Amino acid sequence: MRIQEDYAVQMRGITKRFGTFTALDSVDIDIKRGTIHSILGENGAGKTTLMSILYGLLNADEGEIYINGKKVDVKNPNVAIEHGIGMVHQHFMLVENFTIAQNIILGMEETKGFGVIDIDKANKKILDIIEKYGLEVDPNAVIEEVSVGMQQKVEIIKALYRGADILILDEPTAVLTPQEIEELLNIMHKLVDDGKTVIIITHKLKEIKQSAEKCTILRRGKYIDTVDVANVSEEELANLMVGRAVNLVVDKSPAKFGDVVFEIDDLYVKNEKDLYAVKGLNLKIRRGEILGIAGVDGNGQKELVEAITNLRPTDKGEIKINGKEIQNTSPKNVIENKVATIHEDRQKVGLVLDFTVAENVILESFNKPEYSKRGIILKDKAVKKAKELIKKFDIRPDDCENLPVKGLSGGNQQKVIIARELENNPDLLIAVQPTRGLDVGAIEYIHKTLVQERDKGKAILLISFELDEIMNLSDTIAVIYDGAIVDTFEQGTIDERTIGLLMAGGKVNG
Amino acid sequence: MLSKLLLLISNTVMYSTPLAFGALGGLISEKSGVTNIGLEGMMTIGAATGVSAAYLSGSPWVGFLCAGIAGALMALLHAVASISFRADQSVSGIAINLLGAGASLFLVRIVFGSLNTPPVPKKLPRIFSDSSVLGAFSRLNFEVTAVIAFILMLVIWFIFAKTKWGLRISSVGEHPRVADSLGLNVYKIRYICVITSGFLAGLGGASMTLSILSNFVPTAISGHGFIALTAVIFGKWKPVGVYLSCLFFGLAQALVIQLGGGSLLSSQIVAMLPYVLTVIVLVVFVGRSVGPKASGVPYEK
Repeated sequence: MRIQEDYAVQMRGITKRFGTFTALDSVDIDIKRGTIHSILGENGAGKTTLMSILYGLLNADEGEIYINGKKVDVKNPNVAIEHGIGMVHQHFMLVENFTIAQNIILGMEETKGFGVIDIDKANKKILDIIEKYGLEVDPNAVIEEVSVGMQQKVEIIKALYRGADILILDEPTAVLTPQEIEELLNIMHKLVDDGKTVIIITHKLKEIKQSAEKCTILRRGKYIDTVDVANVSEEELANLMVGRAVNLVVDKSPAKFGDVVFEIDDLYVKNEKDLYAVKGLNLKIRRGEILGIAGVDGNGQKELVEAITNLRPTDKGEIKINGKEIQNTSPKNVIENKVATIHEDRQKVGLVLDFTVAENVILESFNKPEYSKRGIILKDKAVKKAKELIKKFDIRPDDCENLPVKGLSGGNQQKVIIARELENNPDLLIAVQPTRGLDVGAIEYIHKTLVQERDKGKAILLISFELDEIMNLSDTIAVIYDGAIVDTFEQGTIDERTIGLLMAGGKVNG
Repeated sequence: MLSKLLLLISNTVMYSTPLAFGALGGLISEKSGVTNIGLEGMMTIGAATGVSAAYLSGSPWVGFLCAGIAGALMALLHAVASISFRADQSVSGIAINLLGAGASLFLVRIVFGSLNTPPVPKKLPRIFSDSSVLGAFSRLNFEVTAVIAFILMLVIWFIFAKTKWGLRISSVGEHPRVADSLGLNVYKIRYICVITSGFLAGLGGASMTLSILSNFVPTAISGHGFIALTAVIFGKWKPVGVYLSCLFFGLAQALVIQLGGGSLLSSQIVAMLPYVLTVIVLVVFVGRSVGPKASGVPYEK
């Protein structure tokens, strides 16, 4: 396509290399002014890299950028901002202890001279934007005290305050409740009605169908296609994204519940600020059951997991596995009582990144006679075990037992953790955000493994902020809000909207 | 009694002045996200350079200015190491402290041929040239450096509370990636802050030798940089708080002088007071008060 003025953004032959790795390979994209354009791709496909180049955070090795038909050398974000480009990052770029207004004006302050900030003038400008697009926020609130949904609105206002005409949203719905997502889609439509262009980076097919007109698909750094969203199905989009047929629904047979294995009774746990994050939480999981906890991040999920795994003290209440209390003991005791955990942050809590795969595999069992003798670790045995697990769990590359685990891809790192945790033959498997940041292939694998373990009669506690994952995998869905389980449902008896409402602290009648 | 009290106030203000310069410098550096453990070294080089320059030029003000420049040069080393080369800021700071002490002695030896310099021809003045105008309150004729430190505190307070520069410095110290994504130059802001920090620490050192002592001795700066660092934490990274903390440590030093030593306690024990207080403050307050989030973390684009 030739360079045209009614296109907000046109990128030609964009190539970006990191060392020997080619993140983007001669990618073209054309985004028409006044539309919502989505960029679809798996993790690592290069979506964010491409948009970071457009916003000037990264510089392309090759290629050209045209904004409104004119060639622009976007050296840094300043140039992008000058040309009316704004970006809302996936991980919000906000200073936590600044007020909303301070965050919005930072770098583009209204001043009265001598650098003195004119806060009244700034507030007026902010309120104009709030009113125009229905972005309700209180400019004087401090960021760390407002919800994630609110923070996202701040990010959008921040971009608009800088005069953005082209707004890039990177995975904007990852952390939102269904209601907040709906609100965001409304805001996006208002922006487009006002003549602005919205680019949304996502891997969620449903939202593309709901919002975008065009969708550009990237796969492993290569341009695949740009399609009219109205003419393709979600399945077709998924196939284009992955490059093969994918199964969007988790295959699973009806659950066969056994005895209660794991029980939490009236649990209270404090957070870092010495406030109760878990308040009177009750939970029961049976053998052969996947219990999914649905909830917005920050409602006590982290503290709950840390209390169960004894990384954090319990203030009140009981946590019982097979009838035995384990609260306020030690992580070692928890492991010995057959609780296995896939932690949310695999790189910080799950693995020692600089250790080899073999060393990581025996992290929880190195002091057992199989792996050590008189305080000396039996390296051969560890390597042998690692080789066995690499084969069993299809960890790649297949000769990685002596390589540092940090060299593996996210999906393979997660497989190392799962292999280690399942080696212990647990009665309870806790999986926190087990598929976060993984590609579709790895997600399929992990979902399949969780269902397999359930079928072997294990109890599984799944905590995820992806509501789809909870809805698809769980036999029982528990909704957490403000540190307590507000309601529990059997799979198939509840719809996403109702859960979304409960997640946001709403009440359901009848 | 009144005269004793006035003496105590006067000594408190006097001894808190070098600390206030150092601590306000430390504050600026920490606010921008760079820990400055090297304050001690920067103050020492300031103390030595101040005396040398004042002696050679005959003007204490030239000495004072040169002291600031010497501190700033020292800070430039810290900035290059910890900002551009992303070195461990504690290690770099310790190196600055060793270098500051060594270079000072070396410099003084070259200029004066001995480690204890003769007194400078003229000290930095007091606020009133003739103290008789104050009568009984003549003790309150403070050093001009004390006034400069006080004004400096007000200026820094104003910068952080009211201006865009304060907002920008804070953002760089809290979350440099945010600042970067908004087109602010993180490295430039940090360089400016660290160099300013060294300049002020240098002035702090000179206010000890040109205003309090009148000459340089190897023990002129003995732990003042570390006490200043503690004052930053004790003052919760707020200019007014930091200044008041310096007064607190200044008071401790003044008490040492006033109590001297007597039959009850030997003077050596009394002299420990400021240092013991520093340790206590550190034990009680470190960890409780939270500083800038990105302080001590090198920023990589």
